[in-house]
Amino acid sequence: MIEAFYELFLSRYNYWMAIILMLIGLYALIAKQNLVKKLIGLNIFQTAIFLFYISFAEVQGGTAPIYLPEGVDALYVNPLPHVLILTAIVVGVSVTAVGLSLIVRIYEEYGVIDEDDLMQVVRGR
Amino acid sequence: MIDHLPVLLIAVPILSALLILLAGWYDRRFCYPISLITILLQFGAAIAILLEVMREGTIRYHLGGWAPPLGIELVIDSFNGFILAVILFLSAATVVYARRSVEKEIDPEKRISFYVLFQLLVTGLVGMTITGDIFNLYVFLEISSIATYTLIASARRPRSYVASFNYLVLGSIAAGFILLGIGNLYVATGTLNMADLALLLPASYGLATVHTAFLFLLIGFSIKVAFFPLHLWLPDAYTEAPSAVTVLISTVMAKVSVYALFRIVFTVFTTAYVIDTFAVTGFILFIATVAIIAGAVLAIAQNDLKRMLAYSSISQIGYIMFALGVANQLALEGGLLHILGHAVMKGCLFMVAGLIIYRMGTSQLSDLKGVAKTMPISCAAFALAGASMIGIPPTIGFMSKYYLVLGAFEAGQWIYAAVLLVGSLLAAGYIWRFIEIAYFGDHHSEDRRPAPAREGPVSMLVPMVALALLCLFLGVFVEVVMEAVRPAAMLLLGGA
Repeated sequence: MIEAFYELFLSRYNYWMAIILMLIGLYALIAKQNLVKKLIGLNIFQTAIFLFYISFAEVQGGTAPIYLPEGVDALYVNPLPHVLILTAIVVGVSVTAVGLSLIVRIYEEYGVIDEDDLMQVVRGR
Repeated sequence: MIDHLPVLLIAVPILSALLILLAGWYDRRFCYPISLITILLQFGAAIAILLEVMREGTIRYHLGGWAPPLGIELVIDSFNGFILAVILFLSAATVVYARRSVEKEIDPEKRISFYVLFQLLVTGLVGMTITGDIFNLYVFLEISSIATYTLIASARRPRSYVASFNYLVLGSIAAGFILLGIGNLYVATGTLNMADLALLLPASYGLATVHTAFLFLLIGFSIKVAFFPLHLWLPDAYTEAPSAVTVLISTVMAKVSVYALFRIVFTVFTTAYVIDTFAVTGFILFIATVAIIAGAVLAIAQNDLKRMLAYSSISQIGYIMFALGVANQLALEGGLLHILGHAVMKGCLFMVAGLIIYRMGTSQLSDLKGVAKTMPISCAAFALAGASMIGIPPTIGFMSKYYLVLGAFEAGQWIYAAVLLVGSLLAAGYIWRFIEIAYFGDHHSEDRRPAPAREGPVSMLVPMVALALLCLFLGVFVEVVMEAVRPAAMLLLGGA
């Protein structure tokens, strides 16, 4: 029983953390009314995916993957996911920037940042 | 030079996007010519590449000289060579159309950034089409998505901000799912190269990781192509965007997303996976038929021309996904033909809608009674492209549906083949609705004098008429197109 629990949860707790964070993000995206909070939810969602990538790259006891002289062996962490996530972070920042500027425009036009109010105002016009 | 065409296809437009920005600071009038020249050059290069591929076989280009699977490679085979030529042709038609439409709809100080983003969007889509690396695909997807969000919001209408924000939220969820799917594939195989993935994946078809990856990718791309229950962003985005942007995203962007989905399903995963290991085609087929019917019914219920065409797009995406669901040679030929056909006819229909907005200032169907008297050429183009949408022979729309029905018969899916025909009837419903309003809508009006014809500017009419005639010619000379489509469909099914 305990072993099954260990096998399922504790030995893979990094993935569970990513899943929990992802669901928190998705919940905020879907359930929150405030547009800014939705965007924060989107950021949490993206960060969870980034953490997922970083955690599967980890090698226990591994070091930084730097170039070593001939004949020296070292166990190192897989650097590729890190590089991928650097790209994905840049993408995430750009999406957030576009989203925030859209919210600013929506607020300037309609004077609300609450989704229900917004829908009412949009239909009213 | 010819060897480096694949990378120039991406590098030159990115540089030209910067050049447009710099030239725009100097004088705003330079933006449009640079954009036009770049896209025409790209189109020329795409044709050269397509001919080369049909003659010599697949082109592989290793970026920076790094061999895959370590390096990123650009792969152009008969499938994406065909898609590449289609999307660049439509981008060229759109950019010709865009100039006057943009002058009317976009504020002068925003035109520089409009053309920069336009260029970046096309670049992102071209990149998505020719890359052979699955993470590279994600990066180009995001480049094109971010450009799309901003382009949709570039209209002066405040509603477009809301439409753009909604698309941004759904699009980012989709991109997140795609990223997760890619991560799972990397965990299962340790590679990101598509050809390499296709080699390594069969060994781990039983793993839950691979199933998870497949589902995340399928759902992510389904949001991007607006496959029926995940289409909620599409109607608002298409309706509120400036006319030129609607034409571009409804034709080029939608088709590239479909391409990416086909590439993932058939090249990275194979037919063996989607039919035997993780039998999902039957489900996709069912949803596709629901999409065909539901999209068409919703289209009939709309009161706005652009919104009606947007819902019709959802229905037509159903036809393309139908080919994915049947997954045999004939159906895939039909599906690929429909990618071309739908791009041409929907491009034409949205161009008509844009011209009507340009001239009449509205796209509400109730305000367009008797519009055919004022704009005879536009309405004739609408009728021709609409006939193709319904599937009246000898148009391209008929040919693609014909192959789809043949494919469904071959697979023994009689009921689903019948649904295709019902979808055509429903399409007749919404197309006829506009035709009736445009030609016979002012039947009861007192004023019998013929109104003077006031068409839009020539630069908007020419691409529209060209696309309308193409609907007809592609249908008549379908064999020429099949030369490109047949090997592509064979390639998807794992043949030569």
